[in-house]
Amino acid sequence: MSKVVAPGSELKSAGKLNIGLLLIALAILLVVLKPYLPEFLIRLPALLVVPFADAINFLFFFIKDDLGFIHVTRAIAGGVESLLDVTANLLYGKRRWPRIGPIPWTTIALTAGCIGYALGGWRLALLGVGTFCWAALMGQWKWTMETMSVIVVAVPVAVLIGLLLGVAAWRSTRFEKVISPLLNVAQSLPHFAYMIPVVVFIGVGPKSGAIVTIIFAVPPMVRMTLLGLRKVPPEVVESGQMCGSTKWQLLRNVRIPTARTEILVGVNQVIMQSLAMVVLASFIGMPGLGQKLLQLLQSLKIGRSIEIGITIVLLAIMLDRFSKAWAHRQPTHHERGTSWITRHKLFLIWVLLVAATLLLSTVFPLAAEIGRRQAFTLSKEFDAIVDWGLTFIDPVTLSIRAFLITQVLVPMRDAYLWLPFSAVITLFAGIGWYIGGRKSALICVAYVALIALSGWWDRAMITAYMVSAAVVLSALIGLPLGTWASRKASRAERVLLVCDTMQTFPSFIYLIPVIMLFGVNDVAAIAAVIVFGCVPMTRYTIEGLRGVPENLIEASDMSGANRWQKLRTVSFPMAVPTIMVGLNQTVMFSLFMVIIAAFIGTQDLGQEMQRALSSTDVGKGLVLGLCVAFMGLMVDHLITRWGSERQKLLGLSQ
Amino acid sequence: MLRKQAVTTTKMLGAAVALTLGSALPLHAADSSDPIIIPIHNWNSQIVMSNVVGQIFEEMGANVEYVSTDSQAVYEAVRNGDVTLELEVWEGAFGAAFNAAMEKGGIVDAGDHNAVTREDWWYPDYVAELCPGLPSWEALNGCAAMFATPETGDSGRFLGGPVDWLKHDQERVDALGMNFKVVNAGSASALWAELAAAKKRGEPIVLFNWTPNFIEAVHPGAFIEFPEHQPGCDKDPALGPNPNATYDCANPPNGYLKKAAWDGMAEKWPAAFATLQKISFTNPQIAEMAKLVDVDEFEPEEAASEWLAANEDVWKAWIQ
Repeated sequence: MSKVVAPGSELKSAGKLNIGLLLIALAILLVVLKPYLPEFLIRLPALLVVPFADAINFLFFFIKDDLGFIHVTRAIAGGVESLLDVTANLLYGKRRWPRIGPIPWTTIALTAGCIGYALGGWRLALLGVGTFCWAALMGQWKWTMETMSVIVVAVPVAVLIGLLLGVAAWRSTRFEKVISPLLNVAQSLPHFAYMIPVVVFIGVGPKSGAIVTIIFAVPPMVRMTLLGLRKVPPEVVESGQMCGSTKWQLLRNVRIPTARTEILVGVNQVIMQSLAMVVLASFIGMPGLGQKLLQLLQSLKIGRSIEIGITIVLLAIMLDRFSKAWAHRQPTHHERGTSWITRHKLFLIWVLLVAATLLLSTVFPLAAEIGRRQAFTLSKEFDAIVDWGLTFIDPVTLSIRAFLITQVLVPMRDAYLWLPFSAVITLFAGIGWYIGGRKSALICVAYVALIALSGWWDRAMITAYMVSAAVVLSALIGLPLGTWASRKASRAERVLLVCDTMQTFPSFIYLIPVIMLFGVNDVAAIAAVIVFGCVPMTRYTIEGLRGVPENLIEASDMSGANRWQKLRTVSFPMAVPTIMVGLNQTVMFSLFMVIIAAFIGTQDLGQEMQRALSSTDVGKGLVLGLCVAFMGLMVDHLITRWGSERQKLLGLSQ
Repeated sequence: MLRKQAVTTTKMLGAAVALTLGSALPLHAADSSDPIIIPIHNWNSQIVMSNVVGQIFEEMGANVEYVSTDSQAVYEAVRNGDVTLELEVWEGAFGAAFNAAMEKGGIVDAGDHNAVTREDWWYPDYVAELCPGLPSWEALNGCAAMFATPETGDSGRFLGGPVDWLKHDQERVDALGMNFKVVNAGSASALWAELAAAKKRGEPIVLFNWTPNFIEAVHPGAFIEFPEHQPGCDKDPALGPNPNATYDCANPPNGYLKKAAWDGMAEKWPAAFATLQKISFTNPQIAEMAKLVDVDEFEPEEAASEWLAANEDVWKAWIQ
């Protein structure tokens, strides 16, 4: 591979590097000279701290009470609630219109089977039936349906809003300019930051759960819609124009169908985001599995909470595979003259099955509902497994815990807190300049400075310390694991399935065994973050390495490279951009998870966020959320910038 | 004057309802058919109690719905009428939030339970063998080194509740000159997980706990005896052994456990409100409710039915 770089840009990039290095050197100088620095360079003077929280609170309450916006939000919530009432009646028999539910579990399980078969054959049919059978047999039917009653409302509404915003952003560049940074921030805000405004404007209950889920799930839909519409080839549009389509017809019949795959990937993301909210939204009243899970954990019933965790994972994997199959499915075409019955065979089978199960449930109540008493449980077994595992690892963790705390983490935390804030700003300005020139430097300075101005500097540094420790350790686990898994296709598939499971398994369950092993301290929090953080690292390492073009590998085979050489000189350099996406995701996941780790007991932004949630302090919650978001956005910017420069070097970009 | 009249009307309505009940007619002209919304939190005694009261209301012909909420944020919801009542207002944990809501208006005090609450430093039984002299706080302080963990160095560790429970453990440690450091757990689950792990290893532990609580049934233990509680100890340095510091005595050993309601409840569901005012659970009753779920593995709604079936004489009196 030869580097094709224009001579001018060589010079320019040399200058870029120099200024970057100069700034980094200055940062180091500031650190070395700390004892002699004036106080205002070490910590931002309290006078300069901007009361963002008060301003946000003032604004929120002005909008809510003085402008009467509360009536608008309550009206919207009323609309969502009436939808929720319908699904709640159908799925778990809440006493609301249309008063015909609850649908028997056998009917729902077989319906899911039919949908699965239509989308992807027997395997998906089995997945659909199996998921609902598990939920029913484990005595979790009612909670599962409570969760589903919210999901089936939240997902379509989020998809619709996402589509509308996506189309609007595609039509108007100005709107896109406004919404794009908002989406960036929204996607890096921790979950809890969304909840406080919802409590203020909507209150608590299933409707708030649904609304917070919708808000959380919309951003990826907007992005995917925009991406899809942009990719529609002009030829397709022209052929539509030639048919004399109006603008609306073009959009509805030409552009959106052509962008189908991207839009359906968006739908998939909406579903996954919604499931990620199942547990967290129960803090503000979402009923179902999440609520039950938190109650069980509160009384330390680990086995039973694992059962619920499995249900959530199964639901997530089922919906994920279904929506992916839908995205990749090509429309089927029947030959002319095929009879109606043949064309609608599956539909007819479904109607028959529904009739049969409805009839069956009137005769055998067990086919309609399985009570907790008649259900199976594996909780004793799970408890035993967890207990055995803990007893097994305990001596190891106990011995490294003291070392990690006193020798590694406490010094690391003290060092982060010791750093003068001016040095941190200069350092990131330097890194920014080194990677992306002046513009990146300014972006980094803005993010760090805003965190300093918010007055949460020390807390933010503790968050940064925990996240950086967790990210480094996640990379140390994820990279080798991913490399090992990528060597064989079947192995890669299995490890990716484990990744899917770990990613959708409710993170709250991890917290308990982690506390039992490490105690209430930073080691436990960081361990919990790693469990979550090494997932994207592993996933993207596998995908990056498996994505290396065959011909490159063959070429290196022919030049006699051994496995290690191949990996080092060919595969890794080619996979680095993908692996960096994984690193980026690991940072994001870690930032989200470190906030949740506040439930173990931390002293960072997450702890304050928890306080803000319980005192419904919108301003404080949003400011803390934005501090987390800014850290994420800065890392995201640096890695993306670095990745695109790197791709240019590799000659991978067009 | 108007207000007084309204109260009298309510009383009369209550009497009328009692009469109808007496004649076993399920019809209540007075109570709205809108659902009474009962908030549930994440500890079992409260969930079962909520189901018990909900089923009593249903017995009276009302519609009832449950909604899970945060136990601090719930007072804002009661004020706005989003939820109708709250059955467990703990003096120590939620007194501040409740008083703040009372000041803003919209919430009424529906009377105390017979049960009293206590929240303080606590240890499981086996720790008494490791540190003789317990439950006295001086004895605990003498054993401080035994409770040390890597992050607290030579001082003992006291595992406190989440910071938003607003306890003043650090102040007490300072006021009494104890060789302890307070480490705050982030949730009740974290407290129990640590307790279970410590017990398994046989390690000494002292942590924040309260009664009535399910944990008493699973892990027996005792509260640390601090210098006797005196009202005003948190404000007046003169009270308590240290003349220069506040918080130098125990938490109240008999804190209240209250019921609260939305101020529109009396008008909208007069009969239910009258019953709510009469409802009063005792400590053993609450412990029994928690045990049905935590030990006997009933679901909360089943546990509530069980409890109601076994204690008809108790609750029948409340709906007369």
